[in-house]
Amino acid sequence: MNERISVKRAVYEENDRRAAVLHQGFAAKDVFVVNILGGPGAGKTSSLKQIIARLKGRPVSVIEGDIASDIDTQALRALGIDAYQIETGGDCHLNAPMMEAIVARMDIKPGSWLFIENIGNLVCPAEFVIGEDIKLLVSSTAEGADKPYKYPAAFQRAAAVILTKKDIAPYVHFDEAYFRAGVRALNPSAPVFLVDALSGDGFDEVASWLSGLRT
Amino acid sequence: MHEASVTEALVKLALEEALSRDALRVTAIGLVVGETTGYMGESLEFYFRNFSKGTILEGASLNIAYVKPKIKCPNCSLVFERKKFTFECPACGTPGEMTGIGNEFYIDTMDIETGER
Repeated sequence: MNERISVKRAVYEENDRRAAVLHQGFAAKDVFVVNILGGPGAGKTSSLKQIIARLKGRPVSVIEGDIASDIDTQALRALGIDAYQIETGGDCHLNAPMMEAIVARMDIKPGSWLFIENIGNLVCPAEFVIGEDIKLLVSSTAEGADKPYKYPAAFQRAAAVILTKKDIAPYVHFDEAYFRAGVRALNPSAPVFLVDALSGDGFDEVASWLSGLRT
Repeated sequence: MHEASVTEALVKLALEEALSRDALRVTAIGLVVGETTGYMGESLEFYFRNFSKGTILEGASLNIAYVKPKIKCPNCSLVFERKKFTFECPACGTPGEMTGIGNEFYIDTMDIETGER
């Protein structure tokens, strides 16, 4: 017998369910989880270093997602930051099962911050929740002002946008108004922080905004 | 490459659903893809052919219904289709807001064969 059945099930169903369990576990320990998205070279790790340097009073741990290599993890550990590596071996985003595996071997302190640097990619990391409280999007002036228009899903789901490489904006003819208009349309409530991760310019505002999310 | 792991998840979900309905074979899957996801149909089909090999999904056609992202103008309430590189309302020029239409990624229907094994 042949029949057409109605399914109406989201492809991300299993990932979403497992991410919800992870999130419950973090919330029970008052751990605030930030999922950092951005293209390769946007300045995710450099921004993270500047943010962590300004977050006082609570322990911080970091999960670094990369397709291969642990360069970023080593750099963070050199600064005394508690960092762990997920190597996806080709997968272009982190997912809830990968998070379950790494969290099981971490000692995440109650009340702490957990930053997760996702794989450098603006497409599917936007679609996979991994137990985070918020997504933080890092985009650079060098990538161009059209990024919100080209990768709407990532910008739509971000709680805030960190716009890096402020120092070189004039040299790459960055159209800030066009960029901001795109972010505003996709995500009216998300603040945009224009920063320079080399000098640290602009990161006081990012850190104080983040701290304000926790009461 | 983005489509590889989502197609793996798609195949897993379709198999789970098919087995729960005692399907012997699946001949078609109706998939709804919002264009905000950025997933390419050709890639989804390519990976689907690979990941479905040797399962009851092998040979099934993947029928993709695309959903254009819709934007609502906060000023004049016009709901319109997004054009590339702009979010502005075609009627009054106000920057529009996303509605959630265009984010879809789900299996809508499956054509299955059931009966005696």
